[in-house]
Amino acid sequence: MIRVCNVCNLHKYFGVIHVLKGINLEVMEREVVVLIGPSGSGKSTLLRCLNFLELAQEGEIELFGRSVDPRRDRLDKVRERVGMVFQQFNLFPHMTVLENVTMAPISLKKEKSKAEARASARQLLDRVGLANKAGSYPSQLSGGQQQRVAIARALAMNPEIMLFDEITSALDPELVGEVLQVMKDLAESGMTMIVVTHEMGFAREVANRVLMIDDGLIIEDATPEKLFSQPSHERTQRFLSQVL
Amino acid sequence: MSAIWQILQDQLVPFMDAMVMTLKLTSVSLSLAVVIGLVVALLKLSRHRPLNWIANVYIGLIRGTPLIVQLMFLYFGISRVVVLSSFWAGSLALAVHCGAYVAEIFRGAIQSIDKGQMEAARSLGVSHWKAMRLVILPQALRIAIPPLGNQFIIGLKDSSLVAYLGVMELFGAALSAQAENFQPFQTYMAVGLYYLVLVLIFTLIVNWLERRLDKANAGRALDTRMQRMQSA
Repeated sequence: MIRVCNVCNLHKYFGVIHVLKGINLEVMEREVVVLIGPSGSGKSTLLRCLNFLELAQEGEIELFGRSVDPRRDRLDKVRERVGMVFQQFNLFPHMTVLENVTMAPISLKKEKSKAEARASARQLLDRVGLANKAGSYPSQLSGGQQQRVAIARALAMNPEIMLFDEITSALDPELVGEVLQVMKDLAESGMTMIVVTHEMGFAREVANRVLMIDDGLIIEDATPEKLFSQPSHERTQRFLSQVL
Repeated sequence: MSAIWQILQDQLVPFMDAMVMTLKLTSVSLSLAVVIGLVVALLKLSRHRPLNWIANVYIGLIRGTPLIVQLMFLYFGISRVVVLSSFWAGSLALAVHCGAYVAEIFRGAIQSIDKGQMEAARSLGVSHWKAMRLVILPQALRIAIPPLGNQFIIGLKDSSLVAYLGVMELFGAALSAQAENFQPFQTYMAVGLYYLVLVLIFTLIVNWLERRLDKANAGRALDTRMQRMQSA
Protein backbone atom coordinates (compact mmCIF):
# COMPACT_ATOMS: atom_id res chain seq x y z
CA MET A 1 0.00 0.00 0.00
CA ILE A 2 1.12 3.52 -0.77
CA ARG A 3 1.56 5.94 2.07
CA VAL A 4 -0.17 9.24 1.32
CA CYS A 5 0.64 11.12 4.45
CA ASN A 6 3.07 10.72 7.31
CA VAL A 7 3.28 13.08 10.23
CA CYS A 8 6.21 12.88 12.60
CA ASN A 9 6.40 14.48 16.03
CA LEU A 10 4.36 17.55 15.06
CA HIS A 11 4.25 20.45 17.50
CA LYS A 12 2.13 23.55 17.07
CA TYR A 13 2.02 26.58 19.34
CA PHE A 14 -0.34 29.54 19.20
CA GLY A 15 1.72 32.02 21.15
CA VAL A 16 2.39 30.31 24.47
CA ILE A 17 -0.40 27.77 24.02
CA HIS A 18 0.93 24.36 23.08
CA VAL A 19 -1.83 22.93 20.86
CA LEU A 20 -0.22 19.93 19.21
CA LYS A 21 2.24 18.12 21.45
CA GLY A 22 3.98 15.66 19.18
CA ILE A 23 1.53 14.13 16.73
CA ASN A 24 2.49 11.01 14.81
CA LEU A 25 0.13 9.88 12.09
CA GLU A 26 0.42 7.67 9.05
CA VAL A 27 -2.35 7.50 6.44
CA MET A 28 -2.37 5.00 3.60
CA GLU A 29 -4.00 5.31 0.23
CA ARG A 30 -7.79 4.68 0.24
CA GLU A 31 -7.88 4.85 4.00
CA VAL A 32 -10.61 6.73 5.86
CA VAL A 33 -9.30 8.06 9.15
CA VAL A 34 -11.69 9.73 11.56
CA LEU A 35 -10.41 12.08 14.25
CA ILE A 36 -12.50 12.44 17.37
CA GLY A 37 -11.89 14.25 20.59
CA PRO A 38 -13.15 17.06 22.80
CA SER A 39 -13.22 20.61 21.51
CA GLY A 40 -9.90 22.36 21.83
CA SER A 41 -8.02 19.07 21.66
CA GLY A 42 -6.25 20.08 18.42
CA LYS A 43 -8.20 18.06 15.80
CA SER A 44 -8.87 21.01 13.52
CA THR A 45 -5.39 22.42 14.03
CA LEU A 46 -3.88 19.10 12.98
CA LEU A 47 -6.00 19.08 9.85
CA ARG A 48 -5.06 22.67 9.03
CA CYS A 49 -1.39 21.83 9.49
CA LEU A 50 -1.71 19.09 6.90
CA ASN A 51 -2.39 21.57 4.10
CA PHE A 52 -0.24 24.25 5.72
CA LEU A 53 -3.01 26.74 6.50
CA GLU A 54 -1.23 26.58 9.85
CA LEU A 55 2.51 26.10 10.00
CA ALA A 56 3.74 23.80 12.71
CA GLN A 57 6.84 24.92 14.60
CA GLU A 58 8.34 21.49 15.00
CA GLY A 59 8.13 18.11 13.34
CA GLU A 60 7.83 16.77 9.85
CA ILE A 61 4.99 16.34 7.40
CA GLU A 62 5.45 14.00 4.49
CA LEU A 63 2.88 14.04 1.70
CA PHE A 64 2.84 11.78 -1.35
CA GLY A 65 6.23 10.38 -0.49
CA ARG A 66 8.02 13.69 -0.07
CA SER A 67 8.79 15.62 3.05
CA VAL A 68 7.35 19.13 2.73
CA ASP A 69 9.39 22.09 3.86
CA PRO A 70 7.07 25.12 4.12
CA ARG A 71 9.95 27.53 3.68
CA ARG A 72 11.32 26.00 0.49
CA ASP A 73 8.52 24.11 -1.23
CA ARG A 74 5.75 25.75 -3.18
CA LEU A 75 2.84 25.14 -0.85
CA ASP A 76 0.30 26.01 -3.55
CA LYS A 77 1.48 22.94 -5.47
CA VAL A 78 1.04 20.76 -2.40
CA ARG A 79 -2.39 22.20 -1.65
CA GLU A 80 -3.59 21.40 -5.16
CA ARG A 81 -3.32 17.74 -4.21
CA VAL A 82 -4.92 18.11 -0.77
CA GLY A 83 -8.63 18.95 -0.81
CA MET A 84 -10.25 20.58 2.19
CA VAL A 85 -13.84 21.21 3.24
CA PHE A 86 -14.62 23.60 6.08
CA GLN A 87 -17.23 23.75 8.80
CA GLN A 88 -18.47 27.13 7.54
CA PHE A 89 -18.64 26.07 3.85
CA ASN A 90 -16.71 29.19 2.79
CA LEU A 91 -18.28 29.25 -0.64
CA PHE A 92 -17.58 32.37 -2.67
CA PRO A 93 -20.86 34.32 -2.40
CA HIS A 94 -20.31 36.46 -5.50
CA MET A 95 -19.93 33.45 -7.78
CA THR A 96 -22.49 30.97 -9.01
CA VAL A 97 -22.24 27.36 -7.92
CA LEU A 98 -20.57 26.44 -11.20
CA GLU A 99 -18.12 29.34 -10.91
CA ASN A 100 -17.29 28.27 -7.37
CA VAL A 101 -16.35 24.82 -8.63
CA THR A 102 -14.44 25.98 -11.72
CA MET A 103 -12.58 28.93 -10.14
CA ALA A 104 -9.49 26.99 -9.11
CA PRO A 105 -9.25 24.58 -12.08
CA ILE A 106 -9.64 27.45 -14.56
CA SER A 107 -7.31 29.92 -12.89
CA LEU A 108 -4.68 27.21 -12.31
CA LYS A 109 -5.20 25.74 -15.79
CA LYS A 110 -5.90 22.30 -14.41
CA GLU A 111 -8.07 21.42 -17.40
CA LYS A 112 -7.24 21.94 -21.06
CA SER A 113 -9.95 24.54 -21.62
CA LYS A 114 -12.63 26.45 -19.77
CA ALA A 115 -15.26 24.37 -21.49
CA GLU A 116 -13.66 21.17 -20.21
CA ALA A 117 -13.38 22.61 -16.70
CA ARG A 118 -17.09 23.44 -16.82
CA ALA A 119 -17.95 19.98 -18.10
CA SER A 120 -16.03 18.28 -15.29
CA ALA A 121 -17.56 20.68 -12.79
CA ARG A 122 -21.03 19.72 -13.97
CA GLN A 123 -20.12 16.05 -13.55
CA LEU A 124 -18.99 16.72 -9.99
CA LEU A 125 -22.16 18.65 -9.23
CA ASP A 126 -24.11 15.73 -10.57
CA ARG A 127 -22.13 13.44 -8.30
CA VAL A 128 -23.11 15.46 -5.22
CA GLY A 129 -26.70 15.64 -6.44
CA LEU A 130 -26.75 19.30 -7.42
CA ALA A 131 -26.66 19.21 -11.22
CA ASN A 132 -29.68 21.51 -11.37
CA LYS A 133 -28.09 24.18 -9.14
CA ALA A 134 -25.15 25.12 -11.35
CA GLY A 135 -26.48 28.61 -12.02
CA SER A 136 -27.62 29.37 -8.47
CA TYR A 137 -25.77 31.54 -6.00
CA PRO A 138 -24.68 30.08 -2.65
CA SER A 139 -27.17 32.29 -0.79
CA GLN A 140 -29.98 30.52 -2.67
CA LEU A 141 -28.96 27.10 -1.33
CA SER A 142 -29.62 25.34 1.95
CA GLY A 143 -26.68 24.62 4.23
CA GLY A 144 -26.53 21.01 3.15
CA GLN A 145 -26.51 21.99 -0.51
CA GLN A 146 -23.82 24.59 0.12
CA GLN A 147 -21.65 22.04 1.85
CA ARG A 148 -22.08 19.61 -1.03
CA VAL A 149 -20.99 22.36 -3.44
CA ALA A 150 -17.95 22.90 -1.22
CA ILE A 151 -17.13 19.20 -1.54
CA ALA A 152 -17.50 19.39 -5.33
CA ARG A 153 -15.30 22.48 -5.37
CA ALA A 154 -12.53 20.66 -3.48
CA LEU A 155 -12.86 17.60 -5.72
CA ALA A 156 -12.52 19.76 -8.84
CA MET A 157 -8.77 19.98 -8.27
CA ASN A 158 -8.62 16.20 -8.37
CA PRO A 159 -7.00 15.88 -4.94
CA GLU A 160 -5.34 12.71 -3.74
CA ILE A 161 -6.46 13.19 -0.16
CA MET A 162 -9.44 15.02 1.31
CA LEU A 163 -9.58 16.75 4.68
CA PHE A 164 -12.99 17.33 6.27
CA ASP A 165 -13.10 19.75 9.18
CA GLU A 166 -16.36 19.17 11.10
CA ILE A 167 -18.29 19.76 7.93
CA THR A 168 -21.71 18.85 9.35
CA SER A 169 -21.40 20.81 12.60
CA ALA A 170 -22.94 24.03 11.22
CA LEU A 171 -25.87 22.25 9.58
CA ASP A 172 -29.46 21.91 10.68
CA PRO A 173 -29.95 18.32 11.90
CA GLU A 174 -32.18 17.32 8.99
CA LEU A 175 -29.48 18.34 6.49
CA VAL A 176 -26.64 16.33 8.01
CA GLY A 177 -27.63 13.08 6.32
CA GLU A 178 -27.28 14.29 2.73
CA VAL A 179 -23.75 15.54 3.39
CA LEU A 180 -22.70 12.38 5.19
CA GLN A 181 -24.05 10.37 2.27
CA VAL A 182 -21.80 12.28 -0.15
CA MET A 183 -18.81 11.59 2.11
CA LYS A 184 -19.75 7.93 2.30
CA ASP A 185 -19.95 7.68 -1.50
CA LEU A 186 -16.61 9.39 -1.74
CA ALA A 187 -15.07 6.92 0.70
CA GLU A 188 -16.49 4.02 -1.27
CA SER A 189 -14.98 5.43 -4.46
CA GLY A 190 -11.59 4.95 -2.83
CA MET A 191 -10.71 8.50 -1.78
CA THR A 192 -8.19 8.84 1.00
CA MET A 193 -9.87 10.88 3.72
CA ILE A 194 -9.11 12.41 7.08
CA VAL A 195 -12.34 13.39 8.79
CA VAL A 196 -12.82 15.45 11.92
CA THR A 197 -16.36 14.83 13.07
CA HIS A 198 -18.72 14.37 15.97
CA GLU A 199 -20.88 11.99 13.92
CA MET A 200 -20.02 8.75 15.68
CA GLY A 201 -22.41 6.80 13.47
CA PHE A 202 -20.43 7.88 10.43
CA ALA A 203 -17.16 6.97 12.12
CA ARG A 204 -18.44 3.53 13.05
CA GLU A 205 -19.78 2.84 9.58
CA VAL A 206 -17.19 4.37 7.25
CA ALA A 207 -13.88 4.72 9.06
CA ASN A 208 -11.03 2.26 8.74
CA ARG A 209 -9.41 3.79 11.79
CA VAL A 210 -10.61 6.11 14.49
CA LEU A 211 -8.12 8.28 16.33
CA MET A 212 -8.88 9.82 19.68
CA ILE A 213 -7.09 13.12 20.24
CA ASP A 214 -6.89 14.69 23.64
CA ASP A 215 -4.85 17.68 24.71
CA GLY A 216 -2.72 17.74 21.55
CA LEU A 217 -1.85 14.05 21.47
CA ILE A 218 -3.28 11.02 19.73
CA ILE A 219 -4.10 8.83 22.69
CA GLU A 220 -5.80 6.01 20.86
CA ASP A 221 -5.69 4.65 17.32
CA ALA A 222 -7.92 1.68 16.60
CA THR A 223 -10.56 0.23 14.33
CA PRO A 224 -14.02 1.67 14.98
CA GLU A 225 -15.24 -1.69 16.34
CA LYS A 226 -12.46 -1.84 18.88
CA LEU A 227 -12.50 1.85 19.82
CA PHE A 228 -16.24 2.13 20.31
CA SER A 229 -16.81 -1.20 22.05
CA GLN A 230 -13.73 -1.46 24.23
CA PRO A 231 -11.72 1.76 24.31
CA SER A 232 -8.43 1.11 26.00
CA HIS A 233 -7.92 4.61 27.34
CA GLU A 234 -9.94 5.92 30.25
CA ARG A 235 -10.14 9.39 28.61
CA THR A 236 -11.69 7.84 25.49
CA GLN A 237 -14.27 6.03 27.59
CA ARG A 238 -15.21 9.24 29.31
CA PHE A 239 -15.44 11.15 26.00
CA LEU A 240 -17.54 8.47 24.34
CA SER A 241 -19.91 8.25 27.28
CA GLN A 242 -20.49 11.99 26.90
CA VAL A 243 -21.16 12.00 23.15
CA LEU A 244 -22.89 8.70 22.54
CA MET B 1 -31.23 87.50 -5.92
CA SER B 2 -31.43 89.13 -9.34
CA ALA B 3 -27.75 89.95 -9.05
CA ILE B 4 -26.94 86.26 -8.70
CA TRP B 5 -29.12 85.48 -11.69
CA GLN B 6 -27.26 88.19 -13.62
CA ILE B 7 -23.92 86.68 -12.72
CA LEU B 8 -25.06 83.20 -13.66
CA GLN B 9 -26.04 84.56 -17.05
CA ASP B 10 -22.96 86.72 -17.58
CA GLN B 11 -20.61 83.96 -16.50
CA LEU B 12 -22.42 81.11 -18.22
CA VAL B 13 -19.66 80.33 -20.71
CA PRO B 14 -16.68 80.75 -18.39
CA PHE B 15 -18.43 78.85 -15.59
CA MET B 16 -19.46 76.06 -17.93
CA ASP B 17 -15.89 75.77 -19.23
CA ALA B 18 -14.70 75.83 -15.64
CA MET B 19 -17.19 73.13 -14.69
CA VAL B 20 -15.82 70.89 -17.42
CA MET B 21 -12.36 71.53 -16.01
CA THR B 22 -13.56 70.66 -12.50
CA LEU B 23 -15.05 67.42 -13.79
CA LYS B 24 -11.82 66.58 -15.63
CA LEU B 25 -9.72 67.31 -12.55
CA THR B 26 -12.05 65.26 -10.39
CA SER B 27 -12.26 62.24 -12.66
CA VAL B 28 -8.53 62.11 -13.35
CA SER B 29 -7.57 62.58 -9.72
CA LEU B 30 -10.15 60.18 -8.36
CA SER B 31 -9.27 57.45 -10.85
CA LEU B 32 -5.64 57.79 -9.83
CA ALA B 33 -6.69 57.88 -6.18
CA VAL B 34 -8.46 54.53 -6.56
CA VAL B 35 -5.28 52.97 -7.97
CA ILE B 36 -3.11 54.52 -5.25
CA GLY B 37 -5.66 53.56 -2.61
CA LEU B 38 -5.75 49.95 -3.70
CA VAL B 39 -1.97 49.62 -3.77
CA VAL B 40 -1.54 51.31 -0.39
CA ALA B 41 -4.33 49.21 1.16
CA LEU B 42 -2.53 46.07 0.00
CA LEU B 43 0.77 47.40 1.33
CA LYS B 44 -0.87 48.06 4.64
CA LEU B 45 -2.31 44.54 4.77
CA SER B 46 0.94 42.94 3.65
CA ARG B 47 2.82 40.57 5.93
CA HIS B 48 6.03 42.47 5.28
CA ARG B 49 6.75 45.05 7.93
CA PRO B 50 8.61 47.56 5.71
CA LEU B 51 5.62 47.70 3.35
CA ASN B 52 3.22 48.34 6.25
CA TRP B 53 5.57 51.03 7.40
CA ILE B 54 5.58 52.77 3.99
CA ALA B 55 1.77 52.72 3.89
CA ASN B 56 1.50 54.04 7.45
CA VAL B 57 3.93 56.90 6.82
CA TYR B 58 2.09 57.89 3.66
CA ILE B 59 -1.35 57.82 5.28
CA GLY B 60 -0.04 59.57 8.38
CA LEU B 61 1.55 62.41 6.42
CA ILE B 62 -1.50 62.95 4.22
CA ARG B 63 -3.98 62.84 7.07
CA GLY B 64 -1.80 65.00 9.26
CA THR B 65 -1.33 67.97 6.94
CA PRO B 66 -3.78 70.33 5.20
CA LEU B 67 -4.63 69.69 1.58
CA ILE B 68 -3.64 73.20 0.53
CA VAL B 69 -0.17 72.67 1.99
CA GLN B 70 0.14 69.36 0.16
CA LEU B 71 -0.98 70.99 -3.09
CA MET B 72 1.59 73.75 -2.84
CA PHE B 73 4.32 71.42 -1.64
CA LEU B 74 3.74 68.94 -4.46
CA TYR B 75 3.27 71.64 -7.08
CA PHE B 76 6.51 73.39 -6.29
CA GLY B 77 8.23 70.12 -5.43
CA ILE B 78 7.28 68.42 -8.65
CA SER B 79 8.01 71.45 -10.81
CA ARG B 80 11.59 71.44 -9.53
CA VAL B 81 12.13 68.03 -11.11
CA VAL B 82 9.81 67.91 -14.11
CA VAL B 83 7.81 70.55 -15.87
CA LEU B 84 4.14 69.74 -15.40
CA SER B 85 1.12 71.77 -16.37
CA SER B 86 -0.77 73.09 -13.38
CA PHE B 87 -3.63 70.77 -14.36
CA TRP B 88 -1.48 67.67 -14.01
CA ALA B 89 0.30 68.92 -10.93
CA GLY B 90 -3.09 69.61 -9.36
CA SER B 91 -4.54 66.26 -10.42
CA LEU B 92 -1.57 64.35 -9.06
CA ALA B 93 -1.63 66.24 -5.79
CA LEU B 94 -5.38 65.63 -5.37
CA ALA B 95 -4.87 61.97 -6.21
CA VAL B 96 -2.08 61.58 -3.67
CA HIS B 97 -4.28 63.26 -1.07
CA CYS B 98 -7.46 61.37 -1.79
CA GLY B 99 -5.54 58.08 -2.22
CA ALA B 100 -4.76 57.96 1.48
CA TYR B 101 -8.44 58.06 2.40
CA VAL B 102 -9.38 55.61 -0.34
CA ALA B 103 -6.66 53.28 0.99
CA GLU B 104 -8.29 53.26 4.41
CA ILE B 105 -11.68 52.56 2.84
CA PHE B 106 -10.30 49.63 0.86
CA ARG B 107 -8.39 48.29 3.84
CA GLY B 108 -11.53 48.30 5.94
CA ALA B 109 -13.55 46.62 3.20
CA ILE B 110 -10.93 43.92 2.60
CA GLN B 111 -10.58 43.23 6.32
CA SER B 112 -14.35 42.88 6.64
CA ILE B 113 -14.33 39.84 4.33
CA ASP B 114 -14.40 36.63 6.35
CA LYS B 115 -10.94 35.08 6.47
CA GLY B 116 -12.45 31.73 5.56
CA GLN B 117 -12.77 33.08 2.02
CA MET B 118 -9.03 33.44 1.65
CA GLU B 119 -8.43 30.08 3.36
CA ALA B 120 -10.86 28.32 1.06
CA ALA B 121 -9.15 29.76 -2.00
CA ARG B 122 -5.67 28.95 -0.67
CA SER B 123 -6.73 25.39 0.20
CA LEU B 124 -7.48 24.88 -3.49
CA GLY B 125 -3.91 25.78 -4.40
CA VAL B 126 -4.72 29.30 -5.55
CA SER B 127 -1.98 31.83 -4.79
CA HIS B 128 -2.48 34.72 -2.38
CA TRP B 129 -2.64 37.30 -5.16
CA LYS B 130 -4.99 35.33 -7.36
CA ALA B 131 -7.28 34.75 -4.38
CA MET B 132 -7.14 38.47 -3.66
CA ARG B 133 -8.09 39.33 -7.21
CA LEU B 134 -10.74 36.69 -7.83
CA VAL B 135 -12.27 36.19 -4.39
CA ILE B 136 -11.55 39.00 -1.94
CA LEU B 137 -11.50 42.20 -4.01
CA PRO B 138 -14.79 41.68 -5.88
CA GLN B 139 -16.53 41.26 -2.54
CA ALA B 140 -14.64 44.10 -0.88
CA LEU B 141 -15.47 46.49 -3.71
CA ARG B 142 -19.19 46.09 -3.09
CA ILE B 143 -18.74 46.93 0.54
CA ALA B 144 -16.53 49.90 -0.34
CA ILE B 145 -18.97 51.62 -2.69
CA PRO B 146 -20.95 53.73 -0.17
CA PRO B 147 -17.89 55.13 1.64
CA LEU B 148 -16.11 55.58 -1.70
CA GLY B 149 -19.03 57.65 -2.98
CA ASN B 150 -18.75 59.82 0.08
CA GLN B 151 -15.01 60.22 -0.42
CA PHE B 152 -15.54 61.10 -4.09
CA ILE B 153 -17.90 63.93 -3.13
CA ILE B 154 -15.21 65.27 -0.82
CA GLY B 155 -12.72 64.94 -3.71
CA LEU B 156 -14.98 66.87 -6.04
CA LYS B 157 -15.20 69.75 -3.61
CA ASP B 158 -11.51 69.61 -2.72
CA SER B 159 -10.66 70.13 -6.38
CA SER B 160 -11.61 73.79 -5.83
CA LEU B 161 -8.29 74.33 -4.04
CA VAL B 162 -6.44 73.65 -7.28
CA ALA B 163 -7.54 77.16 -8.31
CA TYR B 164 -4.56 78.36 -6.30
CA LEU B 165 -2.27 76.60 -8.76
CA GLY B 166 -3.81 78.69 -11.51
CA VAL B 167 -6.17 76.08 -12.92
CA MET B 168 -9.33 77.63 -14.34
CA GLU B 169 -11.79 75.29 -12.69
CA LEU B 170 -15.01 76.47 -11.03
CA PHE B 171 -13.51 78.19 -8.06
CA GLY B 172 -10.76 79.70 -10.17
CA ALA B 173 -13.36 81.09 -12.54
CA ALA B 174 -15.20 82.59 -9.58
CA LEU B 175 -12.00 84.15 -8.27
CA SER B 176 -11.36 85.93 -11.52
CA ALA B 177 -15.02 86.83 -12.13
CA GLN B 178 -15.40 88.57 -8.77
CA ALA B 179 -12.19 90.49 -9.42
CA GLU B 180 -13.86 91.95 -12.48
CA ASN B 181 -17.43 92.50 -11.34
CA PHE B 182 -16.69 93.53 -7.74
CA GLN B 183 -19.58 91.36 -6.51
CA PRO B 184 -17.77 88.66 -4.51
CA PHE B 185 -20.79 87.71 -2.42
CA GLN B 186 -23.04 86.98 -5.37
CA THR B 187 -20.27 85.43 -7.45
CA TYR B 188 -19.28 82.93 -4.78
CA MET B 189 -22.90 82.12 -4.18
CA ALA B 190 -23.32 81.45 -7.90
CA VAL B 191 -20.31 79.15 -7.99
CA GLY B 192 -21.55 77.45 -4.84
CA LEU B 193 -24.73 76.59 -6.73
CA TYR B 194 -22.65 74.89 -9.42
CA TYR B 195 -20.92 72.74 -6.82
CA LEU B 196 -24.21 71.97 -5.13
CA VAL B 197 -25.77 70.76 -8.37
CA LEU B 198 -22.71 68.65 -9.23
CA VAL B 199 -22.70 67.03 -5.80
CA LEU B 200 -26.44 66.38 -5.97
CA ILE B 201 -26.10 64.68 -9.35
CA PHE B 202 -23.19 62.65 -8.04
CA THR B 203 -25.14 61.64 -4.93
CA LEU B 204 -27.99 60.45 -7.11
CA ILE B 205 -25.60 58.31 -9.15
CA VAL B 206 -24.08 56.75 -6.03
CA ASN B 207 -27.50 56.10 -4.52
CA TRP B 208 -28.66 54.49 -7.73
CA LEU B 209 -25.55 52.28 -7.78
CA GLU B 210 -26.08 51.25 -4.16
CA ARG B 211 -29.72 50.45 -4.78
CA ARG B 212 -28.82 48.40 -7.80
CA LEU B 213 -26.34 46.35 -5.78
CA ASP B 214 -28.83 45.99 -2.93
CA LYS B 215 -31.47 44.92 -5.36
CA ALA B 216 -29.16 42.34 -6.89
CA ASN B 217 -28.59 40.91 -3.42
CA ALA B 218 -32.19 41.25 -2.29
CA GLY B 219 -33.35 39.63 -5.51
CA ARG B 220 -31.22 36.62 -4.76
CA ALA B 221 -32.55 36.38 -1.23
CA LEU B 222 -36.10 36.56 -2.56
CA ASP B 223 -35.38 33.85 -5.13
CA THR B 224 -34.14 31.65 -2.29
CA ARG B 225 -37.32 32.09 -0.30
CA MET B 226 -39.45 31.36 -3.34
CA GLN B 227 -37.42 28.26 -4.14
CA ARG B 228 -37.71 27.01 -0.60
CA MET B 229 -41.45 27.62 -0.67
CA GLN B 230 -41.75 25.73 -3.91
CA SER B 231 -39.68 22.81 -2.72
CA ALA B 232 -41.58 22.69 0.59
